[in-house]
Amino acid sequence: MDYMQIRGDAKVSIAARPQARRPRRLPRNRAPIETARPLGQNTRALLKRRKRGAAVIELENVGYNYGGGELLNAVSVQLAPGSFHFLTGPSGAGKTTLLKLCYGALTPTSGRVRAFNMDVHGLDRDQMAFLRRRVGVVHQDCRFLDHLPVIENIALPLLVSGRELNHEEANLRELLNWVGLSERAHALPPELSGGERQRAALARSVILSPDVIIADEPTGNVDWEMSQRLLQLLVELNRMGKTILVATHDLSLIRAAKNQVQARVLRISNRQLQLAGADL
Amino acid sequence: MSEGRLRRLILGDTQANRVVPPSGFTAHLTLFVSGAMAFLAVFALALSMASGRLADRWASELARAATLRINAPAEQRVAQTEAALEILRQTPGVATARALTGEEQAALLAPWFGSSLPAGSLPLPQLIEVTGDDQGYDAQGLRLRLQAEVPGAVLDDHTRWRAPLVEAARSLRRLAWVSILLIGGATAAMITLAANAALAANAQVIEVLRLVGALDSYIAQAFIRRFTLRALSGAAAGVALGMIGVLLMPEASDEGGFLTGLGFQGWGWLVPLMIPPLGALVAFAATTRAATKRLGELS
Ligand SMILES: Nc1ncnc2c1ncn2[C@@H]1O[C@H](COP(=O)(O)OP(=O)(O)OP(=O)(O)O)[C@@H](O)[C@H]1O
Ligand SMILES: [Mg+2]
Repeated sequence: MDYMQIRGDAKVSIAARPQARRPRRLPRNRAPIETARPLGQNTRALLKRRKRGAAVIELENVGYNYGGGELLNAVSVQLAPGSFHFLTGPSGAGKTTLLKLCYGALTPTSGRVRAFNMDVHGLDRDQMAFLRRRVGVVHQDCRFLDHLPVIENIALPLLVSGRELNHEEANLRELLNWVGLSERAHALPPELSGGERQRAALARSVILSPDVIIADEPTGNVDWEMSQRLLQLLVELNRMGKTILVATHDLSLIRAAKNQVQARVLRISNRQLQLAGADL
Repeated sequence: MSEGRLRRLILGDTQANRVVPPSGFTAHLTLFVSGAMAFLAVFALALSMASGRLADRWASELARAATLRINAPAEQRVAQTEAALEILRQTPGVATARALTGEEQAALLAPWFGSSLPAGSLPLPQLIEVTGDDQGYDAQGLRLRLQAEVPGAVLDDHTRWRAPLVEAARSLRRLAWVSILLIGGATAAMITLAANAALAANAQVIEVLRLVGALDSYIAQAFIRRFTLRALSGAAAGVALGMIGVLLMPEASDEGGFLTGLGFQGWGWLVPLMIPPLGALVAFAATTRAATKRLGELS
């Protein structure tokens, strides 16, 4: 099977190699830097490789409410580099909310969120943009630009970070092939099936070779076979050293994953985050 | 702004251009407004230049020309005319003084009485055409001397009607400039509205772009480039039409006076070519301001 190697220079390069199953150490990972303006101290820290062993994302006593009652209360969790986490809980428990807190789309009402050793709350807009390039997100509702074909949507992170798309053409094709969307490259997002959308969203989330991939219900709309295929993609990314956090209420998916990777399962219940037992 | 950014802004890169969906309504609005405004600006410019020329010409020509009228009984007329001409010859600042012939005087009356008027059938005053040299003459002193020596002479140096005419031409020029400023302001306002509409309509697009790590400057540029280029092309079309309109106006002629003089002369034809770049600049500033404000609000 194909695998994907995301190199330190953030070029996507995919090739069939026999030792695909073996975890590899990734070379130094540089996030793409747009040089339009001089980088501030914080941005430079954000772009620097994290310290070995430090958590890439860290929630410390985080509480959150949308203005009504408290949704999350004193949630603490650390995502170690290269770890694989599932996040479960009943619908409406706050899974999506917790993920948004992790990638800085929401600001906690109490407590602290740190990403790459930076307080997410203190980031300005530009720094936030650089953070987004280091954290690939598969949104629950995918979020595409409906007027652009799939291939350009997948390439969007490259485009907005100022890369020449012409140079990435081959890599893009391979990535499309990897998620099985070669045939649909020029379809518009509204013309895709639910599963195709989710594979496209996954491809887009990894194109900049982020350190962390956060996926919200990536198998929400797909049949068993397709959900296995998506899981396969996530597992492969984890084997390349990516930190993975997946929100899902599909327990069978979690069970299937546990056969392939060492995954921890977090569950939101009663506004708290708990480590789920081995029964899963 | 670095050269690279400037080039990217002007030429655009086609891929980045597609990030924001084409929006028919704001595109057409911007094109139409900048075209219409540029068209109006051409005429305002032509008006200002023509009225400026007119004010200058009237001011200098009228300052130098005057008429001396001899109202005397027929038997004294020739003598008084001679005396007046002699005084004028002695007056410093008078370049020429010439008594009009009977035919010339009849020609002056032709518009009112027709050309069949028999010469000499009306008791007409003798007219003397006086032109001053560059220094000009002392009209008040001349008037006093004539009063003493030529009782029937009346000097009319046109001051009565010259001043308001020149003032009218000057205020016409001022009005034209105010119009140009208003046109610029209205263009800025309309483009701000259109840009805000486009930004609001594309809130989802902006959100997606931010989610994938776009800097605000990148998002703003996509809008700025679009509006600037549209304003540039709209204004270019408007200026072209306006200049054709001005070109088609009849040649300046004495009969038409001011109206047919409305147009550009010589290098003046190059001035309206500055309108499209200025329009683009206005659009650039308006969109930059709108985008910065909007993107600051959308968080
Ligand atoms: N923007 C918002 N404003 C107000 N309330 C919100 C907002 N977003 C979510 N909520 C509420 O917060 C709660 C948690 O929402 P969230 O989307 O995090 O749940 P979830 O665990 O992801 O659910 P699901 O499994 O259905 O995706 C829900 O009750 C939801 O109605
Ligand atoms: Mg959710």
